[in-house]
Amino acid sequence: MQENILTLRDIVVEFDGERILDKINLSIRDNEFVTLLGPSGCGKTTTLRIIAGFVEPNAGEVLFEGQKINGVPPHMRQVNTVFQRYALFPHLDVFENVAFGLRIKKTPKDELNRRVMEMLELVDLKGFEKRSVQSLSGGQQQRVAIARAVVGKPRMLLLDEPLAALDLKLRKEMQLELKNIQQSLGITFVFVTHDQEEALSMSDTVVVMQDGVIQQIGTPEDIYNEPANAFVADFIGDSNILDGIMKRDFLVSFEGQECACLDRDFAPNERVDVVIRPEDVDIVPTQLGIFTGTVESSLFKGVHYEIVVDVSGYKWYIHTTDNVEIGAQVGLKFGPEDLHIMHKMFDGTTNVLQGEVVGEDEIEFLGVRFTRENLGLPVGAPVRLTFSPYDIIVAPEEDRDATVYVESVIYKGRFSELIVWKDETQLILRTQRDEQVATDIGVDFNFDHIKIEPLGEKADA
Amino acid sequence: MKSKVPAYPYFGWMAVFTIIPMLFVLYFAFIGDDGQFTLDGFRRLADPYMIAIFLKSLWLALLTTIICLLIAYPMAYILSRMKLNTQRTMMLLVMLPMWMNFLLRIYAWMMLLENNGLINKLLGFIGLGPFQLIGTTGAILAGMAYNFLPFMVLPIYSVMTKIDGSLIEASQDLGCNFFGVLRRILLPLSFPGVITGITMVFVPAASTFVISQRLGGGELMIGDVIEMYFVGAEPNFNTGASISLVLMLVILIGMGIMNLFDKDEMEGMLI
Repeated sequence: MQENILTLRDIVVEFDGERILDKINLSIRDNEFVTLLGPSGCGKTTTLRIIAGFVEPNAGEVLFEGQKINGVPPHMRQVNTVFQRYALFPHLDVFENVAFGLRIKKTPKDELNRRVMEMLELVDLKGFEKRSVQSLSGGQQQRVAIARAVVGKPRMLLLDEPLAALDLKLRKEMQLELKNIQQSLGITFVFVTHDQEEALSMSDTVVVMQDGVIQQIGTPEDIYNEPANAFVADFIGDSNILDGIMKRDFLVSFEGQECACLDRDFAPNERVDVVIRPEDVDIVPTQLGIFTGTVESSLFKGVHYEIVVDVSGYKWYIHTTDNVEIGAQVGLKFGPEDLHIMHKMFDGTTNVLQGEVVGEDEIEFLGVRFTRENLGLPVGAPVRLTFSPYDIIVAPEEDRDATVYVESVIYKGRFSELIVWKDETQLILRTQRDEQVATDIGVDFNFDHIKIEPLGEKADA
Repeated sequence: MKSKVPAYPYFGWMAVFTIIPMLFVLYFAFIGDDGQFTLDGFRRLADPYMIAIFLKSLWLALLTTIICLLIAYPMAYILSRMKLNTQRTMMLLVMLPMWMNFLLRIYAWMMLLENNGLINKLLGFIGLGPFQLIGTTGAILAGMAYNFLPFMVLPIYSVMTKIDGSLIEASQDLGCNFFGVLRRILLPLSFPGVITGITMVFVPAASTFVISQRLGGGELMIGDVIEMYFVGAEPNFNTGASISLVLMLVILIGMGIMNLFDKDEMEGMLI
């Protein structure tokens, strides 16, 4: 068992009252290649900046080899960073950029020359010493940035989306190269990316983050095969995610079918998310299928076909090597081992929250007011409001009822299920629109559909 | 090659307002009132009293430049790292005094520095003074530094805003403490702004007038002397033009030397 080189303990970061990181706990072993993966705004870059020392956490401990390093300035830390836009020094040539850290440490001239040249050879930039950094291509600048960061032999290298600005082919090459550099130098790498393929192909450990919270930590295989929840499943690779009910251990019901599965220890009749990977679904003749549907589209992807099958409105994504005709009736089949059952991230199918009667026939909740004819409740009476996910409508127009913060977006075949926050209250809604996590969106409420019940002492019996 | 036509008005402008006046200065510097060639003007400049004024003016301009640089450099850096809105407000405050008449500002300084002026009154409340403030070299320097500070802040601020914050972070990441960042990143990258700032302060400061008369108790700087020869009681265009010419040459040589520095330092910076 290798020793932990870095530990984050209950890290909390807030900017302007907004919580960026919420109790992050993470241990990184020596020589490990760890990737922080998540959509933009999930807090992965902030986590990296905490390790580098550019951001001080509001609460929590940063331990480096067991020593608390909160408050230690960046220049005193044994970690170096490869910045997103490389941040090469424009007034220095390639050699001086790489030599920068060694010059500060007053490395003797012979050693400095030797180490810089070794490093330039490692990143394949021999002969470029005297070139100005601005004359280099993106890939070459990237290599200079890596050489500059590792030449000082840091214990740990932090990489902030270093490949994001490169084209696809170069990115693939650099992925391999980075992995080689990590292995030949024996340095711990902490790599930040939003590209799940990059994360899966390079890392020893993947940390999936969303909205300032770690969703899952595991090997790439674990993350892909056993996602911890519907968010991870949706983010890592394509998935079919369906609403289901866990009938009992090893039996789940969804889309009107009961299927055997390998999962257990759920509450009886618990509402769950069922995740099925597109490559785990087989297309079979209709009489052999668990579901039957119509082939809606087929796209050749090089290795496989990406086929969309419509089963009573739900769009199934299927990867297969055999093409099928568009419009054909087909059966879909999968085994118990192909079903991944997950707890819901939002308990309840509907929104239930408390409001107050603020005037005759007028109710207020979450800072929103609406009127209801013949309400007949006294002013000041608390009420329970119940409304379905379809009664919150995403509305980009100016005069919307409220602005909410999107915590998660999960595509569920017929619609996207959004979990959003308004003030301290979580709401669930369904939309056909394509929304982004960690953004604010406007919504309208379907006030006529809201069910109102008096709370506490009943209104006139 | 693009058409040169749009440039013609500017050529005309430069001819009328730069070249021709320069030729006039040249003409008057060598031609006396009688229309004959003469070196009288230069001879009068060789007078020890005049040389003393000349050197003192250059010395005061140099001190002013240094004071402005010391105030403006950290100010420009701090401003450039603030929120964009704060930056705008602060720059407005830096520029605001320039919207007021130059003479008005100098008179305001006189009111402040007088023996029973505002500063001495305030000091009096805590039992100090009164001090002799007006009529000192310090008063001249204060007035000049105040007057020319925006010309130093602006060019340095504009290069500072172009220095990417990630460069500063990268240098800290590689082991630079505060002074390392200053020496290895900020100074080299802001150097062009510093050169411009020095030029924009030193040149007008060396030939400034009125300030030293008003704040220095009637003391003259070379600018005042030139003014006197042109609009004083006994005008002598020949002498005034000669002094102007020499002053211009001295400044030109100074700038030339500084530009040499500039090129050396900037080699790595040019794309």
